[in-house]
Amino acid sequence: MKILVAVKQVIDYNVKVRVKGDNTGVELANVKMSMNPFDEIAVEEAVRLLEAGTASEVIAISLGEAKCTETIRTALAMGADRGIHVKTDEELQPLAVAKLMKAVCEKESPDMVIVGKQAIDDDCSQTGQMLAALMGWAQGTFASKVDVADGKAEVTREVDGGLETVSLSMPIVVTTDLRLNEPRYASLPNIMKAKKKQIDEYSPEDLGVDATPRLKTLRVDEPPPRQGGGKVADVAELVDKLKNEAGVI
Amino acid sequence: MAVLVVAEHDNQEIKGATLNTVTAAAALGAGDVEILVAGENCQAAADGAAAISGISKVRMVDNAVYANALAEPFAALVVSLAGDYSHIVLSHTTHGKNIAPRVAALLDIVQVSDIMEVKSPDTFVRPIYAGNALATVQASEEKLVITVRGTAFDKAELGGNAPVETADASDDPGLSSFVGQELTRSERPELTSARIVVSGGRGMQSGDNFHLVETVADKIGAGVGASRAAVDAGYVPNDYQVGQTGKIVAPELYMAIGISGAIQHLAGMKDSKVIVAINKDEEAPIFSVADYGLVGDLFEEMPALAAELDKQGIKPR
Repeated sequence: MKILVAVKQVIDYNVKVRVKGDNTGVELANVKMSMNPFDEIAVEEAVRLLEAGTASEVIAISLGEAKCTETIRTALAMGADRGIHVKTDEELQPLAVAKLMKAVCEKESPDMVIVGKQAIDDDCSQTGQMLAALMGWAQGTFASKVDVADGKAEVTREVDGGLETVSLSMPIVVTTDLRLNEPRYASLPNIMKAKKKQIDEYSPEDLGVDATPRLKTLRVDEPPPRQGGGKVADVAELVDKLKNEAGVI
Repeated sequence: MAVLVVAEHDNQEIKGATLNTVTAAAALGAGDVEILVAGENCQAAADGAAAISGISKVRMVDNAVYANALAEPFAALVVSLAGDYSHIVLSHTTHGKNIAPRVAALLDIVQVSDIMEVKSPDTFVRPIYAGNALATVQASEEKLVITVRGTAFDKAELGGNAPVETADASDDPGLSSFVGQELTRSERPELTSARIVVSGGRGMQSGDNFHLVETVADKIGAGVGASRAAVDAGYVPNDYQVGQTGKIVAPELYMAIGISGAIQHLAGMKDSKVIVAINKDEEAPIFSVADYGLVGDLFEEMPALAAELDKQGIKPR
């Protein structure tokens, strides 16, 4: 079984995001970038399937600027076999990413594609489902458990009321939720080894995909600040304030 | 052209989030708002949808294949009906997030996720970076799929009386089947629709200690939530989680107990009307968003709070 796993480079989740002064976006210069946390879980799941002998090859793909190769190298250091970089300086939106990944799937014929349930930059939560639709495949979204056997996958999904399990015919797209696994840290020897692994490069033109953005960002603003910092001395004052000042109990 | 809301329901009742989504759909000002109720033996849910004010027509599809809202057949159904509508609108819940992008990709149209405000039929405000920035985005085309952040829109009123029309099922792609579900049962209000939410964090120290949170919650009719730290530590199940990676809530009153206030937690509750924080660490970031902060040991303050609620005669509304 061949697995394609998608990784996106985003602002590190520990960094406080700042809106640019001219309201055109958020500050990206000199900001620490990392692999999207949900994609780390995706890579971990793929590598575990590889280690268990369920998968025979894991390919890590990233799409975007030249520096995306850093994120591909991280996936390779975690255990992916080789990488694919779809290189473009143009902004890529979910539907374009799904179309580009479809073209790659047609070249590589993976049995499973694993992606994060959302990227923590644009928070769209679209790409995996869109790819599944374009390929005519089943999807196991927000997965907390994936079992593969006999051409089927049983995927446990985190839904609003609890958990749901579905049985899907392969090939499939899986999108990862937090409790699927705990991603490993790449060891130094594996980081060194990853430098020698192969990364193939394509452009959107090579793949025959029009990746032009169809949604325009007009402006980006800071959310309205919340006036907090009020204190009460004890529970009696708290209950009194909630009852008589805020009127919420 | 009309707007189609895709209802979320359990075949009996329409889920609360759908009522907020109807309000967002009406705010588009793009035309009549129709609603799709697809399920198995879903007449009761369809009747419920017909009673939502502002709905002009209910399109009901009653077929076993839609019983569990599997994305593959459900998206195929929405696509089969999509020709009549300018906007297809779903809630940004796990139900909507599962189906909406599949519909958008099959129609080769753009999806705008998690909208908080409608500026015009093609321009919306949506949160990015866990709500740490708000983007105003404009689509370059007229037909769109939209998912709606429920807490950003009021619930539609009841009192309507729309006609219910039956629509045909579409072909099941036959890719998926439902195996089972394990839903968390609770007598308390559901988190995303509760008027009051009381959440516990890592400061609770164990799952057993959550009774301190539950006791207070029950005295004021609150739902019970938790921070990701408390969920990851195994104190409570995953679906208790409030935060960017869990549930987004905006109740009238949110009480954070033993929660430090990590960015990802704040993103899930900072739109609450009134915020209370109880934490022994005076420097905890949660206090910077709290209207009423109480610095103290939750193991002393929570029993005292429960007693005080009784003393002042506070009852659930």
